[in-house]
Amino acid sequence: MFETLILMLDATMRVSTPLIFAALAGLYSERAGIVDIGLEGKILGSAFAAAAAAAVFGSAWIGLCFGILASVSLAMIHGFACITHRGDHIVSGVAINTIVAGLTVTLSMHWFGMGGQTPALVGDARFLDITFPFADAMESVPVIGQIYSNLLSGHNILVYLAFVMVPVTYWIIYKTRFGLRLRAVGENPHAVDTAGISVSFIRYRALIICGILCGLAGAYLSTAHNAGFLKDMSAGKGYMALAALIFGKWRPVPVLLACLLFGFLDAVAVRMQGVVIPGIGEVPVQAIEVLPYVLTVLLLAGFIGKAVGPKAIGRPYVKERA
Amino acid sequence: MSQAKVPTWVNIALIPVLNIMLAFLVSGLVILAIGENPIEAAGYLIYGAFGYDEGIGYTLYYATNLIFTGLAVSVAFKGGLFNIGGEGQAYIGGLGVGLICLSLDHTMPLYVIAPLAVIGAAVFGAAWAYIPAYLQARRGSHIVITTIMFNFIASSLMVYLIVNWLKEDGRMAPNSRTFEESAWLPYLHELLSPLGIEIGDSPLNLAFIWALLCCVFVWGLIWHTRWGYQLRTLGTNPTAARYAGIDTAKVTIWAMLISGGLAGFVGLNEIMGVNHNLLLNFTAGYGFAGIAVALMGRNHPIGIILAAILFGALYQGGAELAFEIPTITPEIVVVIQGLVILFSGALEHMFKDRIEGFFIRRAVA
Repeated sequence: MFETLILMLDATMRVSTPLIFAALAGLYSERAGIVDIGLEGKILGSAFAAAAAAAVFGSAWIGLCFGILASVSLAMIHGFACITHRGDHIVSGVAINTIVAGLTVTLSMHWFGMGGQTPALVGDARFLDITFPFADAMESVPVIGQIYSNLLSGHNILVYLAFVMVPVTYWIIYKTRFGLRLRAVGENPHAVDTAGISVSFIRYRALIICGILCGLAGAYLSTAHNAGFLKDMSAGKGYMALAALIFGKWRPVPVLLACLLFGFLDAVAVRMQGVVIPGIGEVPVQAIEVLPYVLTVLLLAGFIGKAVGPKAIGRPYVKERA
Repeated sequence: MSQAKVPTWVNIALIPVLNIMLAFLVSGLVILAIGENPIEAAGYLIYGAFGYDEGIGYTLYYATNLIFTGLAVSVAFKGGLFNIGGEGQAYIGGLGVGLICLSLDHTMPLYVIAPLAVIGAAVFGAAWAYIPAYLQARRGSHIVITTIMFNFIASSLMVYLIVNWLKEDGRMAPNSRTFEESAWLPYLHELLSPLGIEIGDSPLNLAFIWALLCCVFVWGLIWHTRWGYQLRTLGTNPTAARYAGIDTAKVTIWAMLISGGLAGFVGLNEIMGVNHNLLLNFTAGYGFAGIAVALMGRNHPIGIILAAILFGALYQGGAELAFEIPTITPEIVVVIQGLVILFSGALEHMFKDRIEGFFIRRAVA
């Protein structure tokens, strides 16, 4: 029983990692007042760029750089449309998702000709699992040893980075001058403007951070979790991250918990396939799969707590002129 | 900025055409980047879409779906609502059509099944839009997020229903049994050939005519009824709408019901018109493409028909293009679609403000 739990928590960590990156990415963007439906597209774009570059250069790190570059470029298109040209945030996000969905397949067919995939990555072209010191020796120790060697040890570096990003984000958002301004821009951009700080510049910087984090999420999918890019491999993770962001009420630690919950549900869904529970019968996998979305809708409806987003979210800021 | 001095043709023709040209220009650059000739590609695309009877039939068949989802998005848009859930509503609408056909095809003739299927599509699609609409109107949850969530819920629900309940016994393929022919919408080429008109075999079916009727219905509803006026007021200025005594929550809910119902008609074309069984993922992104169609068609039925035919031509021509030049995948059409959303939606102010400014200055001078 305990071993099963460890295995499921281990799977939870792996599944949650891209969600954590993407949800934190959305947090920076939405806290600055920019709605980001385009998380999905940025993850997919980065997954492709990372896998393609890793395949060509044979290095996961170079792949990661290209993934981040692709994702940040997409974020800048979003910024150009939403901040500079006061376009609709949602329309822009949909545009980015659509373009990326088509472009990744088109380009991978052109470059690799493998039906929309990239070549399988081996060796240094992937982020490999890190085994902690003494993990093998500790495995025989009950409970603590098992947790140490089977749950904490043996993930790739991006998994650990995702978890580190949570306190880092907390610190940036709540404890730095930039974080204060970022939150202010999302709540009351006029006040920030009155203080002589550029609303646009803050929002662009928030989107750059958003792009970097989505880049990490995408690179994780294609060069760490899997060994190569597959068509539509983000498979709704961006939207689920958006759900986690709302479920965590736009705050770093609750967002982490929401991502872990959604990741855990995914692990449960995999485990429960074909399992018959006494008295209930076989629980359909789909019922567990939709739980994150159902829970988010219930939360939004105000049935479990209340989710109130940043006040100025989705509204373009127009500087008043005399 | 006074809008009065900007000539009408600028807003309804010049700016949309400029945005489309820009989207096509960038698409051309993409094709150039993968080492193919964009002019040659455009040639194949146009020939594939309009060059022969079957091609035109396919173009209009794709356009049928896009008219439904385009209208769906635009009705909601008119009320200031962003219905991003067309995909899920179309999916569930198809379920409605499928259930009617599966239960009645052995006993009833087409003229009984078809109207019931229309109602089934509308009711199921509308029901799927009702919950997000209710939550938006009465509990203030954001419709964009809830409709996205409902797309995923619809997708899982359909997998569950088809795999566990509706799948044909003893078959692996995840789809229902094929309907009897009494539940097939007639193809237009079959309807027209007795009249001596030959249009070539294609999946184009009676749903296309229904799509055109829906355009007329939407046009009348939005511009020639009291409710349409309320909807447009709500979309233009919600505060003014409330002050004028309009029950905004009720208008919001009805707008989404109509929107969902229209999206549901995709099921009519796909399930009853072409596939003749209930299958997975038949919506194939039409719900999202509807956003591009509505944006490009400026939320007007005539514009939507034109935009739907253009996108239908891209789908059909894209398939032809991929056949002629194998290095180009049909996904290039998705890229073009995305670029259209970007330029005529998200970046609409880029040209608009400058061009309008130009005409206003000229009028003043």
